[in-house]
Amino acid sequence: MARKVQFFIMENTALAGIASQVRRDIVRMVSAVNSGHPGGSLGCTDFLTYLYFEQMQHNAADFQMDGKNEDLFFLSNGHISPVWYSVLARAGYFSAAELGTFRKLGSRLQGHPSTDKNLPGIRMASGSLGQGLSVGIGAAQIKKLNQDPTLVYTLHGDGELQEGQIWEAAMYAAANNVDNIIATIDANGRQIDGDVEEVLSLGDLQQKWRAFGWEVLHMDGHNFDSIRSTMQQAKSMTGKGKPVVIIMKTEMGQGVDYMMGSHKWHGVAPNPEQLQVALDQLAETLGDY
Amino acid sequence: MEFEVFGNKDTRSGFGEGLAVLGEQNPDVVALCADLTGSLKMDAFQKAHPERFFQAGIAEANMIGLAAGMTIGGKIPFTGTFANFSTGRVYDQIRQSVAYSKKNVKICASHAGLTLGEDGATHQVLEDIGMMRMLPNMTVIVPADFNQTKQATIAIAAHEGPVYLRFGRPVMPIFVKPDAAFVIGKADVLAEGTDVTIIACGHMVWKSIEALKELHAIGISAELINMHTIKPLDEAAILESVGKTGCVVTAEEHMMNGGLGEAVSQVLSRKYPVPQEYVAVNDTFGESGTPMELMTKYHIDTPDVVAAVKRAIARKSIII
Repeated sequence: MARKVQFFIMENTALAGIASQVRRDIVRMVSAVNSGHPGGSLGCTDFLTYLYFEQMQHNAADFQMDGKNEDLFFLSNGHISPVWYSVLARAGYFSAAELGTFRKLGSRLQGHPSTDKNLPGIRMASGSLGQGLSVGIGAAQIKKLNQDPTLVYTLHGDGELQEGQIWEAAMYAAANNVDNIIATIDANGRQIDGDVEEVLSLGDLQQKWRAFGWEVLHMDGHNFDSIRSTMQQAKSMTGKGKPVVIIMKTEMGQGVDYMMGSHKWHGVAPNPEQLQVALDQLAETLGDY
Repeated sequence: MEFEVFGNKDTRSGFGEGLAVLGEQNPDVVALCADLTGSLKMDAFQKAHPERFFQAGIAEANMIGLAAGMTIGGKIPFTGTFANFSTGRVYDQIRQSVAYSKKNVKICASHAGLTLGEDGATHQVLEDIGMMRMLPNMTVIVPADFNQTKQATIAIAAHEGPVYLRFGRPVMPIFVKPDAAFVIGKADVLAEGTDVTIIACGHMVWKSIEALKELHAIGISAELINMHTIKPLDEAAILESVGKTGCVVTAEEHMMNGGLGEAVSQVLSRKYPVPQEYVAVNDTFGESGTPMELMTKYHIDTPDVVAAVKRAIARKSIII
């Protein structure tokens, strides 16, 4: 069923249609096993849809672990695995039917992403936070060593930036001119215990990244024009000696009204009645798995 | 009971020479270091292959993550820092990004154990073998001398998968032949005997060789096994030897909890229960001192091996 993904500028309506199906997949996956993380998944749906369906050069039909001559993506905040799994499936890495195995015994779709069961599209386990930026930078340095001009993309939660390893990696990338990586921060302002600002304020995030030597861009994670123009700008800034980070404003739970505006749906699954309310708000565009 | 000695060197220098050889032989080998290039003897590789050497600074967690990411383009990363900072400090990074993700990273750890010496207990890790052998997918190697460390360094590059390679700081006699083959998981029987089996790793192999001489003088015939690979453990070699001798002494520069002795006792308790005595550090931190003073004070010296052998042999005669 795998197919080669075409690379072209898509209509925003086409992207929105895919994103709507991905959101349906997310709430159905987590509801079915009464566990998982819908909030951040819904918030990053538009970004990951854009990344896999328009931005990245990648080969869904023939997944190769070494990823030579294709763009790589690492999900550092691994708990939003539902959105990644759905986007991978809808992009052709594996059958959408497999989404129904999420978090079930023996599934390749583990609670947090892993390479353990050889799910196409995943190159590194994540879940314990703060490790994905280091991994992405390492992969980016080897792309340079291999004279491979493709790029590395990473995604991180804003709460995840409280992990010290992120800042070790940030310092390293700038000091070593790792300019073939584009990191994105899911700035939804929420984490498990509440608002990031209350749990442990990140302070002036833009100034922090700038002080660490990164180019900093901002985008609206729910506006495809903003995502497209920012991602294209980020790509144009690569190869110029500095790593690039995008602070992406999102809403946790985007697309499901009762999940928005709160941290409560970070790691809670909707019950069957709540699921139906969510699905009523999300058009089925590509067919449910 | 004569062992040919080929000089005296530290095992970390064996690592440095092995890495330099790999640099010439294998263009896929890359090296990372956390501000201890000189201590790890990685200078030769760094000088010859600056484009394949990555200075991580004092940021070990990032170094392990970088190394894991570097495998994805097909490289074979060797990370270098002290054993303490190679394991306990970065256990979660190793667990998730290396072991669970089955990445081809070689974690090379120097200054292990008490023989780091004067720096004291903050740096003298005695739990690392235990931490690493608990991780699925991890191979754990503790070579005995300079030559074997060099041979092991070269051998692990050809092994696909995560490896923990543990070595140290003190200058010790070299007794492994310069042209010996290093086979991961295949123990070296250094001396044959009938009364007791001594199973040792790392610097304790030399201490056990010294013990052999004393034991020989008092009429005890000891078999000595250099168990350079702790995981996967060479069970066949253990069972074959113990079947002949009927008792075991394990000797290691590590905590009794979690180390070589515990690995051996798992085999024996399941397959061939016999008396076992442990030469190991027993649930205590170390302290400052010279390497040899510390080995004496913490009972991992030659006389401790001899005493343990006597205890093990005495227990054979107890009828249960």
